[in-house]
Amino acid sequence: MGEVRGGGGGCCPPMNLFRSEPMQLVQLIIPMESAHVTVSYLGDLGLLQFKDLNADKSPFQRTYAAQIKKSGEMARRLRFFKDQMLKAGFSPKKSATQADINIDDLEVKLAEIEAELVEINANGEKLQRAYNELVEYKLVLQKASEFFHSARSSAAEQQSEYASRQIGEESLDTPLLLEQEMSTDSSKQVKLGFITGLVPRQKYMAFERILFRATRGNVFLRQAVVEDPVTDPISGEKVEKNVFVVFYSGERAKNKILKICEAFGANRYPFSEDLNKQDHLVTEVSGRLSELKTTIDVGLLQRDNLLQTIGDQFEQWEFLVRKEKSIYHTLNMLSLDVTKKCLVAEGWSPVFGTKLIQDALQRASFDSNSQVGAIFQVLQTKELPPTYFRTNKFTSPFQEIVDAYGVAKYQEANPTVYTIVTFPFLFAVMFGDWGHGICLLLATLFLIIREKKFSSQKLGDIMEMMFGGRYCILMMALFSIYTGLIYNEFFSVPFELFAPSAYACRDLSCRDSTTMGLIKVRPTYPFGVDPVWHGSRSELPFLNSLKMKMSILLGVAQMNLGIILSYCNAKFFRNGVNVWFQFIPQLIFLNSLFGYLSLLILVKWSTGSKADLYHVMIYMFLSPTDDLGENQLFAGQKTLQLVLLLLAFVAVPWMLIPKPFILKKQHQDRHQGHSYTLLESSEDNFQLGANHDSHDHEEFEFSEVFVHQLIHTIEFVLGSVSNTASYLRLWALSLAHSELSSVFYDKLLMLAWGYNNVIILIVGIIVFICATVGVLLVMETLSAFLHALRLHWVEFQNKFYEGDGYKFYPFSFAWTGDEDELSL
Amino acid sequence: MYGFEALTFNVDGGYLEAIVRGHRAGLLTASDYNNLCQCENLDDIKMHLSATEYGPYLQNEPSPLHTTTIVEKCTLKLVDEYKHMLCQATEPLSTFLEYITYGHMIDNVVLIVTGTLHERDVHELLEKCHPLGMFDSIATLAVAQNMRELYRLVLVDTPLAPYFSECITSEDLDDMNIEIMRNTLYKAYLEDFYRFCQKLGGATAEIMSDLLSFEADRRAVNITINSIGTELTRDDRRKLYSNFGLLYPYGHEELAVCEDIDQVRGVMEKYPPYQSIFAKMSYGESQMLDKAFYEEEVKRLCLAFEQQFHYAVFFAYMRLREQEIRNLMWISECVAQNQKSRVHDSVVFIF
Repeated sequence: MGEVRGGGGGCCPPMNLFRSEPMQLVQLIIPMESAHVTVSYLGDLGLLQFKDLNADKSPFQRTYAAQIKKSGEMARRLRFFKDQMLKAGFSPKKSATQADINIDDLEVKLAEIEAELVEINANGEKLQRAYNELVEYKLVLQKASEFFHSARSSAAEQQSEYASRQIGEESLDTPLLLEQEMSTDSSKQVKLGFITGLVPRQKYMAFERILFRATRGNVFLRQAVVEDPVTDPISGEKVEKNVFVVFYSGERAKNKILKICEAFGANRYPFSEDLNKQDHLVTEVSGRLSELKTTIDVGLLQRDNLLQTIGDQFEQWEFLVRKEKSIYHTLNMLSLDVTKKCLVAEGWSPVFGTKLIQDALQRASFDSNSQVGAIFQVLQTKELPPTYFRTNKFTSPFQEIVDAYGVAKYQEANPTVYTIVTFPFLFAVMFGDWGHGICLLLATLFLIIREKKFSSQKLGDIMEMMFGGRYCILMMALFSIYTGLIYNEFFSVPFELFAPSAYACRDLSCRDSTTMGLIKVRPTYPFGVDPVWHGSRSELPFLNSLKMKMSILLGVAQMNLGIILSYCNAKFFRNGVNVWFQFIPQLIFLNSLFGYLSLLILVKWSTGSKADLYHVMIYMFLSPTDDLGENQLFAGQKTLQLVLLLLAFVAVPWMLIPKPFILKKQHQDRHQGHSYTLLESSEDNFQLGANHDSHDHEEFEFSEVFVHQLIHTIEFVLGSVSNTASYLRLWALSLAHSELSSVFYDKLLMLAWGYNNVIILIVGIIVFICATVGVLLVMETLSAFLHALRLHWVEFQNKFYEGDGYKFYPFSFAWTGDEDELSL
Repeated sequence: MYGFEALTFNVDGGYLEAIVRGHRAGLLTASDYNNLCQCENLDDIKMHLSATEYGPYLQNEPSPLHTTTIVEKCTLKLVDEYKHMLCQATEPLSTFLEYITYGHMIDNVVLIVTGTLHERDVHELLEKCHPLGMFDSIATLAVAQNMRELYRLVLVDTPLAPYFSECITSEDLDDMNIEIMRNTLYKAYLEDFYRFCQKLGGATAEIMSDLLSFEADRRAVNITINSIGTELTRDDRRKLYSNFGLLYPYGHEELAVCEDIDQVRGVMEKYPPYQSIFAKMSYGESQMLDKAFYEEEVKRLCLAFEQQFHYAVFFAYMRLREQEIRNLMWISECVAQNQKSRVHDSVVFIF
């Protein structure tokens, strides 16, 4: 929340939301020794936006580059701790005790802890590596002895067979090669060597292929799959591996195989043929494994303890480091005085903050035992100040809606004030259903009630957006309940809420046919649409005509509001030209055409006339002098029309021609008087100066200004037609919404109901709920939201809103907290 | 010449072209280089780079930095970007992207083979290899004793296999042979890449043929200069030149008989695009030639971005990024060794 003071909770903000806060450019001269404290206090205050006075210097040439490096290093250490904690499954806790800690001490401490942690990790890794190697060795021993066993048994069989035929048998060296061995001449028999080890399964195929190629097939390779992934001793990652045994003959082949093993990252382990030795090895390895295991566990425990202590204070450290870094970043933006004894800061602050800033400066110089206090002075400038609205949690979503289009120019009329009401209202016009409204209300109430909990935790992207706009959604829900009651829609079921329907059937045949057969039996339905319209054949024509006319009324009203706001702006900036040659003709033009249409609608509603308004409007242009005939709504209408038409035609050149000429004249006057007039030291000059800044410096290009004005005029004239038509989307979306909900109700729920079958009914209800939530509550909300947004951005704001300002971003520690963890 | 690439290019290539153009916008600019050149130590460089796209990659490096770390991390960024693009690419762009790495593969093969010849540790060598040119069985290269084995054992599985067909001899590997092998492989690679680009047609073919011709011509000049005074015969030298490019075929004939640098210069000055490069150098000098060629290459690579709907931007981007990493390496080395006066000797500004 950007709220600074006041305006909290439910209290409505003072009208200062209409104009952005008055700002001033201030200069601070801060003695070197108290600079750090001062900036820190100003950051706590959060009311000053520092200007970068060293923009031309690269980051490492600035005054405090070394300190930034230092805090960057600390941030890196903290990231390292965080990483380690994540790996070990700890999460940094909020520490209850806020131990007071100095940043210099912290630096030393962090370095110590890092060194300790690194050492523990290194030891642990060494042990782990030894452990993993032993595990692999054990696997090799197991698997390889299986090979030898199976081979030996099969060899023994063959041997006994063979022995029966041949006498004088030597002991077998490698039973696996028995067949070949035996078939060759026994004198040629050579001692075969073998290598055992583990190779990653992914690489096994390539390994086998290369072995084959390198030795031209003169190897014998056996492999077995290790079922569970093995931790690789070198990389420390879990890898699926195969145990292999390669038999070879000759020294050259051995060298080649060794090289290939190395290249493939295959870990080799010694293996003995002797059975006894094998058993001995297995027991030895197992013994060492359990030994290592306990050592590793102790090491892990030690590390966990260390991480635990880090975790307790991590948040505090993180905050401290981040704060430190932002302070030095800010200090780097200040320029060094020639004497190198003080720093000069410039920045924007709201006028109301003057006192607070001065207080902070005083406190800072007191706390830092500085001999001279910081100097605070206001500078005069022609630069356009940043725009700063003090919003609270209720107004901020609406301000964001407006800011998304463009940040208001400094002190420009802020449409947010009106958007707070008109936005949810226009939304509700398109989303009129009090059933759906209640659903929306419940959803947003959930968010609002659990506000405290949600605001402290990190939410997902979409959730974040929903949560941010919870009060906007609340308003939208309330208004859509209201319009829903007017439309008399509740999931497209009509209710006789306020009174029984005013109409009744004359006889039984009239039901479902038209409204013609109905007679009025009671006084008019007191609020909203009479429920009897629902389901009748003339429902659509009736509602269409109602909603269409309502849309035009709302549109014309909102556009008029926009034009009036342009008057407020012109008045505020003392721009008489805009009042006389923009505001007045625009008002006349819009109202003489569409204001008149609105008047006709109102008259028609109140008198119940059957006049054709299309006809009236069209023939007002085509043949204004013709008699209106049966379309006449009131006396003197023809004369009024002629006058209005004339006014509209006059308004166009009025808008177009005088303004550029007047601007030209003003420009010339200003330049003639340039060298003679004294500098006026009044406030107004500053105000105006900001406004006319561009004119003072630029050459006045008449043709450009004229073309600009031409475009504006054309845009307004065409726009008043197209914008009015654009408001018809209110009707269209409202129609679509009610039609969709009636389709879901009739074709799903009622259809399922009609089968008289519980299962079908349940399925029907489930589908109905899904369709209602998915299509009506989610998609329709989105589309109505977007259309309301468009109506505000385009149709309403283009009448007055410039939106070319820039936002006020004060240096504040509350902001730095929002940023991503320890980035920068 | 132009097909209807604009009509269909964006179906497959639009996203990646946008990506690569975005990456290109992240290349360091002249003002960045100016700032970097003023750095006092490697931490300053890190600090400056942390404000650029390299930031996240250098962020977690502890403070006593080394030049190798900087270069390694910068290369890692390039590799990450390349892998991302390769994953997103469809045919024929993916093949095109793979072609870009073959050059690194050749360099890596040569590096390993030379290294093993001089009995260096394989793992040490592997660390020096360019990560873009890695393939599965690269470590096995150390096993091979001669070229035939090299081919039969390892390279037959790699994309380089077809290029080897020209240089299979059963001679033992020695420095000279390896160098010849490198150039033969490069020749075959460039020719293959050139053919591939011609097959793609359109703007890709046009721009890539310009870029590859330049590459081929530069290699021809380098081969000539490096082989002056060695026992390489004229015919052998002639065989190493790629069969395309601006110099092909008449320039090659002339280059083949060159005996000193001034003769090379004489040959090259007949070709207008290369005149400007040689005009900058005084007679008998060849040190600055590399830089002059790099500058010309960078100019041409930047021009590739002027046109849309073609693949050459990917090639150009990879090359520019590599040049940038070379620049960073040079600057870091100069800063680390306190040779700041020489910083400008080999830095090629990209923009």
